Amino acid sequence: MRLIAQRVAMGILLLFAVSALIFAGTQILPGDVAASILGQSATPQSLANLREELGLNDPAYIRYFRWLGGILTGDLGTALTTRQDIATTLGPRLWNTLFLAFWTAVVAIPLAILLGLLAVRYRNGPIDKTISGFALASTSLPEFFIGYLLIFFFAVKMQWFPSISTVYDGMPFLEKLRAIVLPGTALLLVVLAHMMRMTRAAILNVMQSAYVETAELKGLSQLAIIRKHAFPNAIAPIVNVVMLNLAFLVVGVVVVEVIFVYPGMGQYLVDHVAKRDVPVVQAVGLIFAAVYISLNIVADIASILANPRLRHPR
Amino acid sequence: MASAVHHVDTPPRPKPEDLLLDIRNLKIEARVYPPGETPRDVTIVDGVSLTLARGKVLGLIGESGAGKSTIGLSAMAYGRGGVRITGGEVILNGRDILKTGKDGVRKLRGAEVCYVAQSAAAAFNPAHRLMDQVVEAAILHGSATRAEAEQRAKHLFRKLSLPNPDTIGDRYPHQVSGGQLQRVMTAMALCSEPDLIVFDEPTTALDVTTQIDVLAAIKDAIRDTGVAALYITHDLAVVAQVSDEIMVLRHGKLVEWGGTRQIIKEPRQEYTNALVSVHHIEHEEHAPTANPILSARNITAAYGGGPIKVLKNVSVDIFPGQTLAVVGESGSGKSTLARAITGLLPPEQGSITFAGRTLSNALKDRSRDDLRELQMIYQMADVAMNPRQTVGTIIGRPLEFYFGIKGRERDQRVAELLDKIEMGKGFVDRYPAELSGGQKQRVCIARALAAKPKLIICDEVTSALDPLVAHGILELLLGLQKDENVAYLFITHDLATVKSIADSIAVMYRGEVVRYGPKSRVLTPPFDAYTDLLLSSVPEMEIGWLEKAIKGRRMESAGN
Repeated sequence: MRLIAQRVAMGILLLFAVSALIFAGTQILPGDVAASILGQSATPQSLANLREELGLNDPAYIRYFRWLGGILTGDLGTALTTRQDIATTLGPRLWNTLFLAFWTAVVAIPLAILLGLLAVRYRNGPIDKTISGFALASTSLPEFFIGYLLIFFFAVKMQWFPSISTVYDGMPFLEKLRAIVLPGTALLLVVLAHMMRMTRAAILNVMQSAYVETAELKGLSQLAIIRKHAFPNAIAPIVNVVMLNLAFLVVGVVVVEVIFVYPGMGQYLVDHVAKRDVPVVQAVGLIFAAVYISLNIVADIASILANPRLRHPR
Repeated sequence: MASAVHHVDTPPRPKPEDLLLDIRNLKIEARVYPPGETPRDVTIVDGVSLTLARGKVLGLIGESGAGKSTIGLSAMAYGRGGVRITGGEVILNGRDILKTGKDGVRKLRGAEVCYVAQSAAAAFNPAHRLMDQVVEAAILHGSATRAEAEQRAKHLFRKLSLPNPDTIGDRYPHQVSGGQLQRVMTAMALCSEPDLIVFDEPTTALDVTTQIDVLAAIKDAIRDTGVAALYITHDLAVVAQVSDEIMVLRHGKLVEWGGTRQIIKEPRQEYTNALVSVHHIEHEEHAPTANPILSARNITAAYGGGPIKVLKNVSVDIFPGQTLAVVGESGSGKSTLARAITGLLPPEQGSITFAGRTLSNALKDRSRDDLRELQMIYQMADVAMNPRQTVGTIIGRPLEFYFGIKGRERDQRVAELLDKIEMGKGFVDRYPAELSGGQKQRVCIARALAAKPKLIICDEVTSALDPLVAHGILELLLGLQKDENVAYLFITHDLATVKSIADSIAVMYRGEVVRYGPKSRVLTPPFDAYTDLLLSSVPEMEIGWLEKAIKGRRMESAGN
């Protein structure tokens, strides 16, 4: 229990540190927000007025705490370019990104673990080689390439799925699922290989143990040995890699969302980076960091819970 | 010794209705991958035949590489790693199990034949409760329902005198001690009510004081259940306690096979004779001199400054050119004493005087001469050497580091040192992986000697070696001591080794020295309770020793 509390506390501390880093990073970026809003025709007087209005003249640490205080009360600030409240714009987009990530994970995780188990069961045989080869190929291809391949075959040639994954409020659930099949598949192919290979490696590592030999000498079948004796001891590394890939599904979707014009956070981020809209970049950056850190905490806690020595002390 | 196909007297064949296991002309091969060479097949077991009657125990004995474990596992049609059974028959309960196919083999493993491994700590799955693992095979093969199997297991826990037999099954492997785990593993093997159990060095990893209890428990369980057993070990004294017959193996071939009494009392083969009489080095004890080379006074130490003291007020003296043996079971603090003396674990209290000067407690404050004159040799010679350096580099390194000797002079010295350890300069360009266990330990000795030390700390240096090889190392160490006048602090759990090498002895128990003095005095009664337990637990090559030793004990061993 104490260990878990420690991890959570560490995570929160880390999140604060990241927030400071994000803030500092955006300060270092060249360019001036006021100038980019008003354009080249701005007079020095209007620039000064806008700076005053945006609070850009206050010292950095005051702006940091003002920003942080806002976030803690649920106020992510206002987008400079559109003058819209970031939290209300971001809400549905975050939801869309999570929707895509969730359904991709629902397919990817069981599939990856199953393929990993099969690869171990038939290790060094044709099944293992096929799975590994396919996995290697799909990792080597960048996701934008996979994305365009999918669009070319399944949207343009076969016309099974739309090439643009538009989703909107009130869209029927099945329609929504149909819309995300292609971006989901692109993401799936990226994360599947990594998870599957790590599952295979983790279980193979455990298969060297003396207790696996014990199980074999009890007359258990290969599949029973892997399921009952190897898998429970490989959970910690597997959960770790699964969480890493879940984090990627949320944080790393930027390219895929742009290709499929999916109204998620990634696209929103890209739009506003181009416009040098600092508050939006900060807010999205912080959300990504929070997702990443909390999934890592989950992975840590899962490893603690999976370790019988920590669960059942002497 | 006789040639490869020599005639060996074998005990009479069991009556057909009693015959359980009949191994005929077994041949086992493995693919080896020597460094820098192409893989090749080597023969591990060559033409071994044996028979075992129901309810009898056959001991398989030999050095490492003799093929004894491989033969034992062949009774389960199992080859460990890349090992393949390439010839012969293994007839169990009337059928050749090598011809029954995968499913047939699976049906017999865990049902007709069960296995007890050397390290139960590694052989139990850390993720599952003991009970689930103990009853697993019995349920799998349908020999019992879960409730019946658990009942049976509890009965066996009681028979093997495990504490809390009704609840110990709820525990996880890491929650019970090594000696208990080994007994639970025996219960696991017995739970399926098999016809045969293969015991693979079941007590080798245990302390002597724990071994004796486990041995007694195994022996009782074998007798009461009437199961037959192949008992594999390298320790003749141990196997003499439990076996009806003993088979001596060497390099995968049969050397001698006979009744237990005949093998230990009237061995017919030279090699068996060497095994039986291995432990006797006559070492005349030297009296303490006026000035000790090293004197540790009231050493108290703890790990990480914690409240648990792993050394309590330890004081010992070591005299020039003499050997102090430190004995005790695992966890007694004997290796910690070495760490305190070398400065790896700075003591919290106490002082160490070495060669007339006071050593600073912390390693980083010691001078280069302090480091040079106090060398160390470890139990695991292969991990104490850099596998990517040649023997010449390994031995030459201290010459460069401490004395600045380079080039031809260095090569000259390395050759001399190789001569001293009886290996010769042909080994200069070899890598550690190309050496045998005994040769590796010799190289480590040469490396320590190269520094011209006044004291060498030997931490269980012979424990990982076969008895005959260990014997050679001990003789080498004694010879070097005479020539170089070097003192040894000899840490071991093996009392036979102590008798052969020590001038004085310190017996340690739970961080304290409980008995200390010249060898003759320490080993002469009256004993304190712990020393008595330790001495009486050392197996003797005497039939009936086990029962006598258990009866005569004054103190329970700590591992229980």
